[in-house]
Amino acid sequence: MLAITLRDLKSMFRSPLAWSLLAVVQFILAWIFLVQVEEFIQIQPRLAKLSSAPGITDLVATPLLNSASLIIMFLIPLMSMRLLSDEYRNGTFTLLLSAPISMTSIVLGKFLALMLFLTMLLLVTAAMPLSLLLGGSLDLGKLAAGLLGLELALTGFAAIGLFFSSITSRPAVAATGSYGLILFLWVINLASGAEGQGSALFAWISPISHLQNMFSGLVSSADLIYFLLLTICFLTLSVRRLDSRRSQH
Amino acid sequence: MEALITAEKLNHHYGSFHAVQDLSLQLKRGEILGLLGPNGAGKSTSMRILSGNIVPSSGSVLLNGIDLQQQPLAAKAALGYLPEQPPLYRDMTIAEYLEFCARLHHIARPEITQAIGDAMDRCGLQGMGTRLIGNLSKGYQQRVGIAQAIVHRPDIIILDEPTSGLDPNQIIEIRKLIRELGEEHGVILSTHILPEVQTICSRVLVLNQGRIAFSDSISNIGETAPSSLMFRLEQTPSLDEIRSLTGISTAEAISGGHIRVGLEANTPPAEISGQLVAKGWGLKEFNPERDTLEQVFTRLTTEEGG
Repeated sequence: MLAITLRDLKSMFRSPLAWSLLAVVQFILAWIFLVQVEEFIQIQPRLAKLSSAPGITDLVATPLLNSASLIIMFLIPLMSMRLLSDEYRNGTFTLLLSAPISMTSIVLGKFLALMLFLTMLLLVTAAMPLSLLLGGSLDLGKLAAGLLGLELALTGFAAIGLFFSSITSRPAVAATGSYGLILFLWVINLASGAEGQGSALFAWISPISHLQNMFSGLVSSADLIYFLLLTICFLTLSVRRLDSRRSQH
Repeated sequence: MEALITAEKLNHHYGSFHAVQDLSLQLKRGEILGLLGPNGAGKSTSMRILSGNIVPSSGSVLLNGIDLQQQPLAAKAALGYLPEQPPLYRDMTIAEYLEFCARLHHIARPEITQAIGDAMDRCGLQGMGTRLIGNLSKGYQQRVGIAQAIVHRPDIIILDEPTSGLDPNQIIEIRKLIRELGEEHGVILSTHILPEVQTICSRVLVLNQGRIAFSDSISNIGETAPSSLMFRLEQTPSLDEIRSLTGISTAEAISGGHIRVGLEANTPPAEISGQLVAKGWGLKEFNPERDTLEQVFTRLTTEEGG
């Protein structure tokens, strides 16, 4: 399993795609970060007069994480689309199938590679708010909760991306599928505003409410379970998909 | 001898197309089994089933005595498989790729370097470890594919058209390699090059329309009683006179004074030559025409196709 993880991770970094994505995401997030910091400095005198003013964590770190969640969400399908589709396409999947490794190991190995890449991305993102420690103090607990929430959301989306990659041998189709589902999950809670009773379900299905809890520093087991379920569900589907692929063709 | 592969009544359908029908076969250690057949006969499908890449619609496969459906991981440990299209990652170097394959097969870390070196030596890839697979020629890619199938020293080696895309010198080397492998392992290979089967295989299986049309050892093919004879005589008796000899069913004159006769079943050639000599026609040449693999192949695959 680790052999697969290592190979995939190396192959990600051999292609310019991973590097360009890292660069683009860093650039955009750094821009947002700097804008937020400047805004904070401008309104700081007024904040000082308030009795319970929001701190720098609320005004800089949380908005940054919010933007990061959106941007990385758009990036996951690009990174996940090749994981299995390329193997089908190049015929290398037979190598994995003829080797004494289980479908579960294949799926977990690939998933782990993607997660390592995304975690790397998250760590460099986290370095930005952490740099504020040089000149001020942060609510580290809140920041940690936010980062945990982001990591969990990435885990769930990565599982979705991997599943769509297991369905088709065309990376573009895989990417379209995962974009579709991730965006749908993102907007499904729009339906929860107007109606009365049934809407709670939609709100629960959408990752937004769970993510907002985490960003505001609230880590509840319900939210943890939501992301865990999302991940396990799509990883299981991927394993099932690989199994059924052998008997169809 | 122990059976490395035992396949029982394999069937496979692609939709309504019956690609493999009631295929049963055995492979023993030290044997090289050649799978022959026209295009679409089910060779590749059979090999994919035997290597666990597709699940047959019905039937069972035992690799080294272990059921491929029940315990796939244990069964596949004994298997090396080269599919029709070599499963290569173009962005890796040969050494990296073979190391990955070795690790997929759980070779202990200290032995990996040795195993990779051996596989590269055997396939004529010495000193090419740092070359990028994507930049290799088709022939070298094919060699890397074979190296991948033998790097973990499996008991069973399945090769789907191993010599395709190679130049004549490389073909000779690869055939030599396969013959060596066949001494200690069991090898199944598919090909549509008939002489290849005759030179390297110990047994041949002809598939046609998903069924086994013929199965025999190579040495037996030449041993069966010939069905026709060709001879040349000093004198020129009429064809009717020749037909009147016992054991001869047909006779025809062919170029250069040769006469070809068809034999009735189980007539030893010696009986005919005896009669020719006794007639005093001056026998100059006498050739029993044995069934070559090519004749067997053509007869089997065209008869049933028609």
